[in-house]
Amino acid sequence: MTMKIVVLGALSDIAEATCRIYAAEGADLVIAGRNVERLSEVAEDLRIRGAGKVVTEALDLASANSEALIAKWSKELDGIDVVLLAYGVLGEQKDLEHDLDAAASLFDTNFRSAALWSMAAANYFEAARSGSLIVIGSVAGDRGRQSNYLYGATKGGLGILVQGIAHRLAKSGARAVLIKPGFVDTAMTAHIPNKGALWASPQKVAKLIHKAAPGRKPIVYAPGYWRLIMTIIASVPSVIFHKTKL
Amino acid sequence: MQFHPTTGLSSWGRLGTRRHDVARPRFAGQLSEWNATATLSRLAVGNRRSYSDVCLSDDGRLVDMTALDRFRSFDPETGVLAAEAGVTIDAILRRFVPLGFFVPVTPGTRFVTLGGAVANDVHGKNHHRAGTFGCHVRGITLERSDAGAVRAAPDCHPELFAATVGGLGLTGIISQVEVQLQRIRSSSLNVETIACEGLNSLCDGLEAGDAAFEHNVAWVDCTVRGDGLGRGLLTRGNWCADGPLEPHSSPRRAMPTDRVGSLLNPLTLKLFNAAYFAKGQLTAGWKVTHYEPFLYPLDSILHWNRLYGRHGFYQYQCVIPDRAGREPISELLKEIAAAGEGSMLAVLKRFGDRPSPGMLSFPEPGLTLALDFRNRGERTLALLDRLDAIVEAAHGRLYPAKDARMSRTSFLRGYPELDRFVAHLDPLCESEFWKKMNR
Repeated sequence: MTMKIVVLGALSDIAEATCRIYAAEGADLVIAGRNVERLSEVAEDLRIRGAGKVVTEALDLASANSEALIAKWSKELDGIDVVLLAYGVLGEQKDLEHDLDAAASLFDTNFRSAALWSMAAANYFEAARSGSLIVIGSVAGDRGRQSNYLYGATKGGLGILVQGIAHRLAKSGARAVLIKPGFVDTAMTAHIPNKGALWASPQKVAKLIHKAAPGRKPIVYAPGYWRLIMTIIASVPSVIFHKTKL
Repeated sequence: MQFHPTTGLSSWGRLGTRRHDVARPRFAGQLSEWNATATLSRLAVGNRRSYSDVCLSDDGRLVDMTALDRFRSFDPETGVLAAEAGVTIDAILRRFVPLGFFVPVTPGTRFVTLGGAVANDVHGKNHHRAGTFGCHVRGITLERSDAGAVRAAPDCHPELFAATVGGLGLTGIISQVEVQLQRIRSSSLNVETIACEGLNSLCDGLEAGDAAFEHNVAWVDCTVRGDGLGRGLLTRGNWCADGPLEPHSSPRRAMPTDRVGSLLNPLTLKLFNAAYFAKGQLTAGWKVTHYEPFLYPLDSILHWNRLYGRHGFYQYQCVIPDRAGREPISELLKEIAAAGEGSMLAVLKRFGDRPSPGMLSFPEPGLTLALDFRNRGERTLALLDRLDAIVEAAHGRLYPAKDARMSRTSFLRGYPELDRFVAHLDPLCESEFWKKMNR
């Protein structure tokens, strides 16, 4: 059976790597992102890699009408099996702290719009009684830290939302999965020098996403060792934690 | 497209790390947009599998092409694939072997990018039939600092094409490559292994095999002197006429550390080579083999280059033209065996007559010998200088992609078309190799 995949933010490293895995299986895809030219390059590549139908949708995901688009794509693909929500911005924490408008825009993109997309997908999958909503969160959402709590707050909030949707969908046959990547070597983190052993490639995270889609776990750390790391970080008492620069 | 400082880069030989500013564009548009206004020197690099410093530029800027790895078009009728320069042979085989296509020429590792394969005009075990990789390139798109995007092909800017094939990435940033894939009916080969007791029988075997075998190569025991000098194993094969079309698997083993340098010494080297030869004698004969162990024996161990320890190693590859005969190879092997150095995998092969399309392409008709030497400082360099003298006397030449210590005179002497080449340099392209050759 041909899988029908919708990817929101398909031009990110992790999303594109995931698209390639589905393409190799012959899936039909909708790839949504901002840049028309780049989308068509990715689409052509996915076709050569074995994808069936590839529909490109150039739009600003942060301000799009999610319900209408999901209905439209479902018609174009003849159903949807997976919605992968992969867009988000990192932002510059120090600048955002004193620029509330820019902070508001970060919240709009990373949380508000992502939450609405998640709800629209949840409604679709609940009615279909099958399908997987996969949302890329972050380990930054597990504990507020001075260096990136604004980004972390949006991902943490999104995590609670997806967790709730997973609970709601549990009896319906549909699923929701929150992926929590740790350090990933992507364009978003290209400026960080000398990446060590904890860094994962987008391809590795993509494999874990592909595996998580039909799985039973609502929260997947990518790679899995981040569950242990974040458990430790989250349990450090504030008295000690506040002395660190993490 | 932004450049970020990086300190830990070296070439495949791991002869020390260098500082660079590195940018890694993800989309072709980012590269061309940046190139349109760029004023600083740069070098485009792929997976940095070259052993020498053709893929480095100390304290300079590198454009890491590995994220530009998209297929652009494929015609199943003709087998012509157009792809971004960062696509690796590994990725091509994973996709196209199941469809019955293979790369027309492959080096001993599949982890090279298309851009790197063109820039070093790589060759493989089928050189006597297929020539170099460049013989199968139908077009190259360059981002030049002085002209923007330019397409060069055998029938369109042919001089720029000939300069770019084997041009060490110095004629502009190779952004896209069109290559003619080869049809296969099976992912396996019929391989024959023959043990030869000396250099003459090994070379006779190589010559005799060229007509009947598409792939033809010899492993040489580089530790033996006297009667057994140049003993080795011929391995030669043809693609099976039918069978499953299965791509290779991912490497399962990795060399975890470079702290094992002391394990390789003249004694262990001799033992390994003797055991390898004995095993070859015992298992000689015909066998059906998947292409992976036959073409890519070292790719099954990730980071195998750490085997030579933390000081790294030199790779030495020369070609001895036909008119000089076999004697120079025999002299080279004597010199290497006397020094007790050399590697576990020394390779001997005959290059065929098919002309290399590049002005700086390495292969020419004759015998080519390739092997590694762990880096023991002055002692190693002195040995390589002695090898150079033999190659020079035979009017042979060295391979820039592999030689981290080639001298300017050796380069000038070996590559007579250098003057023609220089006219096509991109004024902003610069590599450590090129800087050394012009110092």
